[in-house]
Amino acid sequence: MTEFTPWASLLGGALIGLSAVLLMAWEGRIAGISGIAGRLLPPWNDEGLPSRLGFVAGLVAAPLLVMAATGAQVAQTVSSNIPLMTAAGLLVGFGSTWGNGCTSGHGVCGLSRLSVRSLVATAVFMATAIVTVFVVRHLA
Amino acid sequence: MSFLVNLLLGLLFGLGLVISGMSDPAKVLNFLDLAGTWDPSLAFVMAGAVIVAFFGYRIVLRRPAPLVGGRFHLPHVAGIDRRLVVGAAIFGLGWGLSGFCPGPAITALGLGAGGTLAFLPAMLVGMWVARAAIERLRLAYPD
Repeated sequence: MTEFTPWASLLGGALIGLSAVLLMAWEGRIAGISGIAGRLLPPWNDEGLPSRLGFVAGLVAAPLLVMAATGAQVAQTVSSNIPLMTAAGLLVGFGSTWGNGCTSGHGVCGLSRLSVRSLVATAVFMATAIVTVFVVRHLA
Repeated sequence: MSFLVNLLLGLLFGLGLVISGMSDPAKVLNFLDLAGTWDPSLAFVMAGAVIVAFFGYRIVLRRPAPLVGGRFHLPHVAGIDRRLVVGAAIFGLGWGLSGFCPGPAITALGLGAGGTLAFLPAMLVGMWVARAAIERLRLAYPD
């Protein structure tokens, strides 16, 4: 069980949206984390590496800053099944790059731009994820 | 300068993930578990983000160019192709197995869970393999 948090989730979502808007205003880029993370590795075919390193460093710093400021732990339950998490990481990395976006690039930025491609991608990854969780939790 | 601005934007994005609860894979998996312990929070995160970005993008894209970088880099591929659908399906499978998509997984790095430390390098390898395959097969979309 996790607690349903409509207001905190709406507020957190708004901050994510604001970050995406400001990134577009600053350097004209979509805030797609799979694209930002995937281009951390070579080949580097543009000048954007410092930007991407900065964005990723900010992501990593966020929960640490919250813990330092509030003294509270950031609640998290991550599977300790290492083979499963390794396989999932490979699938997420490959799939999000192959499909040109993840929850942020297609789900947030693409839907906000009313992109039909992003709508289809979001419907497909939501559907396969829901089926996967159903199989793992209720059939396996 | 771009490093610093992006550091702040990444921080803002990461704060959004933490405040919304999306840095916790358990919350994501419960959203996906319609038949079990369903937690609708993720839909509210998406709604908050899309509403702000929908109006924000409209304001920003009225300008002739971004502050730096010369031009807006907007995807202009039209139509649904197999690459899009296959990629999204593979991504959804990994997302459903772990509860992690790229943003929350990176945000979780400093919390140091064993599963995160296995997931992240594998994710980067998956991304690298996909990029190499796209390059090799000449499937890259025009920029």
